[in-house]
Amino acid sequence: MLKFNGPKKVIELLENFFDTVDQGVLVFKNGVSNYLYGNTDNFNDNLSSLTKLESSADILRREIENQLYSQSLMPQFRGDILRLLEEMDTIIDIAKENLSQFDVEIPNIPPELNQDFVKLTELSISAVESLMPAVRAFFRTPDTVKDQIHRVYFYEKETDKMATAIKRKVFRDMSNLKLSEKIHLRYFTLHIENVSDEAEKVADLLSIMAIKRTI
Amino acid sequence: MFLLFISSGLFLGWSLGANDAANIFGTAVGSKMLSFKKAAIIASIFIILGAVIQGSGTTETLSKLGTVDAIGGAFTVALCAAFTVFIMTRNKLPVSTTQSIVGAIIGWNLFTNNKTDYSILTTILTSWVAGPIIGIVFAALLFLLTRWLLHKLKIHLIKLDGYIRWGLIIVGAFGAYSLGANNIANVVGVFMSSAPNLIIDLGLFQLNGAQLIFLLGGVSIAIGVFTYGSKVMETVGSQIMNLSSEAAMVVVLAQALVLFIFSSTGLSNFLETVGLPRIPLVPISSSQIVVGAIIGIGLVKGVQEIKVKTLGGIFLGWILTPIAACILSFFALFFVKNVFNITVTSAVASIPATPVDASSMVATSAMKHVNMVWPFTLMVIVVVVALFVFYIIKQQKLRVKAQDELYKKQNDFYIAQKALTELELKTIRLENSSLASKLEFKRKELINYALNIIEQQNFMASILDKLIEIKNINKDSEREEMLDGLIVLIKQKMANSDKVKNFNIEAEKMHKDFYQRLSDQFPDLTENDKRLATLLRLGFSSKEIAPLLNISPKSVEIIRYRLRKKINLKKGDNLIQFINNL
Repeated sequence: MLKFNGPKKVIELLENFFDTVDQGVLVFKNGVSNYLYGNTDNFNDNLSSLTKLESSADILRREIENQLYSQSLMPQFRGDILRLLEEMDTIIDIAKENLSQFDVEIPNIPPELNQDFVKLTELSISAVESLMPAVRAFFRTPDTVKDQIHRVYFYEKETDKMATAIKRKVFRDMSNLKLSEKIHLRYFTLHIENVSDEAEKVADLLSIMAIKRTI
Repeated sequence: MFLLFISSGLFLGWSLGANDAANIFGTAVGSKMLSFKKAAIIASIFIILGAVIQGSGTTETLSKLGTVDAIGGAFTVALCAAFTVFIMTRNKLPVSTTQSIVGAIIGWNLFTNNKTDYSILTTILTSWVAGPIIGIVFAALLFLLTRWLLHKLKIHLIKLDGYIRWGLIIVGAFGAYSLGANNIANVVGVFMSSAPNLIIDLGLFQLNGAQLIFLLGGVSIAIGVFTYGSKVMETVGSQIMNLSSEAAMVVVLAQALVLFIFSSTGLSNFLETVGLPRIPLVPISSSQIVVGAIIGIGLVKGVQEIKVKTLGGIFLGWILTPIAACILSFFALFFVKNVFNITVTSAVASIPATPVDASSMVATSAMKHVNMVWPFTLMVIVVVVALFVFYIIKQQKLRVKAQDELYKKQNDFYIAQKALTELELKTIRLENSSLASKLEFKRKELINYALNIIEQQNFMASILDKLIEIKNINKDSEREEMLDGLIVLIKQKMANSDKVKNFNIEAEKMHKDFYQRLSDQFPDLTENDKRLATLLRLGFSSKEIAPLLNISPKSVEIIRYRLRKKINLKKGDNLIQFINNL
């Protein structure tokens, strides 16, 4: 119970975990644009490094859970924190899953949609990127979480709008595509959108946790 | 005899320990930051320390209120107080030992016609009101300070958790010390004048009679903590759970400070030397300070609702408990005196007894000196040895447990490995069977191939025979006839080749779905058209298709053209792509 180096290690692990998730979504962003512009080698690199990041995030999360329970740290916040970590882990899981879907299904994305898809990915990733400082702030300055979290909601909304625009374009203006191709494209916009949706989920969780923490 | 009489006080101490220790460690235990065992040990040690070291101040005040100068009276008074606490706790009314003992003492005063010192009574009553109010103020200030500090220092949540854990232990220990110092008077205050006049020498330190009683009282409180505290701690913990742990620490600290202020002789004397008014050393209810402290935090947080019910409970405690204890004490004393013939007072009625000053009970030569150095040393050694043995046994148990776990893990690993191997075996078996079937297929193919070659050879041989025969014929007309026959034979052979037939059947079988779709979408297609479409789908060129359908390449082109027309293809549309996408 009364160990001094325990908390330090857990803090380190937490920081590592956040870094991993952060890097993961950046790699995802690169991967999508590499796919769109046909840089197959780079895309494959991105996929393999994202896979590695995802599995190391899993390992980190389990290690943190272990430490929290074995040292019985923070009995009051433990459950919440573990849920937060799980949700964040889901973000990188989704990103990896998306990239591997690009790899497996090789969606036929018309070049005129490339820009739109890049923008969609960037918006979706921005939601996650603005989530990270809020998550970090929760642990040190919980009263600033609220100021940072609104950006996540903003980007999530923008992602939604962009995704709708792409879908509208695909289904209304691109009669040269087969229905199967259109549906395929719709799925891929949905996949990319999912990343920001998950970020929003984490943000919701975080805002409640922050209120709980502010004494 | 003395021990028998003091038992009622010890009972009071027991109920105090059971109820009030929860105020100190309830949050820490309820929020699982500290195990009950550890909390109980810390609480017990510090309650006893507080009682022995600093218990005299409040005891003095109580004896000024009324000096119960016969042990029979003291027994009855303490019993009545304990009984009142017991009954009120059973009826879930908020109660404090302080209020009940004061009521009981006044009952004694009334019974023995001793005058109650009203100035002391007023001081006590004022302190009861002041205690929670000071609790409010302290808690509010401490809370503001904590919030400001946390905001400034930006400590990581996990580190903060560690600090708070230590903080709760330290503050809890301080609270336990103050509780012991402040509330010990309730437990043994009435027995002070009956304290045995002796000094016990324990080698390291000496205990006088008063301190011995304090020690006994402290131990009884500690027993109360151990035997009954866990339940109360859990209830209190879950009730205050909606407080954050930081706030909980503030509550305990505020409570400890208030209790300390109202029991510290040193602080009181210091204030007097500085020129400030003395703080009355009065036992006050820790529960009520806790309620005050929680209200204080609520005020800072801006919570509007203050539970009227809780406040009403405190008021009820202030009024109802002393009155009940007073009445009970009065009648019990009457009963004890007249039925059991036990002296309840030694003083002549209406003459106020001289208050006992516990702190003045220092060693004098008149006191009986008891040398307990050897028994005490022996006891300490026994305790240490027992602890050591306990530790070793525990270690042994842990080691066995660890070994068990390791063994179990290895077993699990072995089972997993076995399952994996089995799975692999199964996969290999499956693969083998599929390979065997493939082999069988190839063998059949080979046989077919060989048979085909033999058939072709035979056919060739028959043609050769025929040709040699034709060559040997001299007659033109006969030769012509033979040649015609040969040509027909070869044509027939080509048309009826089993191989081609087989191939067509196989192709149709393999692309049954496609065949079906084609028939559904374009019902006016002939068998030949469909066959052509199938072959095109397989990727054959017109030249390759010709021998398979037994027609000339030109005919294939014509059929292709007809097919395009039948399926309504526009100019520029690719027939093969269309067929492939179908």
